[in-house]
Amino acid sequence: MTALQAERTLDCTGMLCPIPVIKTSKAIKEMQVGQVLKMIATDPGAPADMEAWARQTGNELVDSHREDSKYVFFLRRLK
Amino acid sequence: MARSDPEKPRRLALIASKGTLDWAYPPFILASTAGAMGWEVGVFFTFYGLTLLLKELEAEVSPLGNPAMPMKMPFGPEAFQKINWPIPTAMMAVPGFNALATTLMKQTFKNKGVATISELRDYSVESGVNLIACQMTMEVFGFQKEDFIPECTVGGAATFLEFASDADVQLFI
Repeated sequence: MTALQAERTLDCTGMLCPIPVIKTSKAIKEMQVGQVLKMIATDPGAPADMEAWARQTGNELVDSHREDSKYVFFLRRLK
Repeated sequence: MARSDPEKPRRLALIASKGTLDWAYPPFILASTAGAMGWEVGVFFTFYGLTLLLKELEAEVSPLGNPAMPMKMPFGPEAFQKINWPIPTAMMAVPGFNALATTLMKQTFKNKGVATISELRDYSVESGVNLIACQMTMEVFGFQKEDFIPECTVGGAATFLEFASDADVQLFI
């Protein structure tokens, strides 16, 4: 398991598309460039959506993995 | 066609022409998501889509004319919730059936963790989505600008086309 540190954690458990993407966008805008956001979701569409989100917004999807029934993402604000 | 300026934000142009609950989701999901990702978004609300701009959202869903709609209950044991109830078409015309179907669909969406139309509309407004009410259909159906949320603007076909002509994604919903 990677020992990634996040400055902030956002729990989107139980929320379906597009709420995890919208809440992630809002949270990352409130952070500094270079900081990392940890986002937790249960939406099965989230892994593909967060990859697209990173490409579209120019931020970095540092890590994406499953923990039991949850999807965990580490996202770094780049711009 | 290559993008002339890669730094320029992407642009989404939507036409929302239907006002029932099921058809209200696609434009607001796409608009709020694109807005959150920093895209420039314009949604042109025309015909029955205009009602999605009303201060008090009244969107309902009708099973009549939607024969493929799953008719399921949002409560009870899991096996019960999976039953697709065979509702006779004539039943769907009974007064109050739309309200019942709407209540059941809203409850199902809530149980599954889907945002309400109102929430998605708020997210859209918050991210700067341009909501344009079609002037012509406002005249036809007798809507005033004051009937709608204050964040919307009023425009016509040329207004939308000018915005859409430079869009990366255009959809008619």
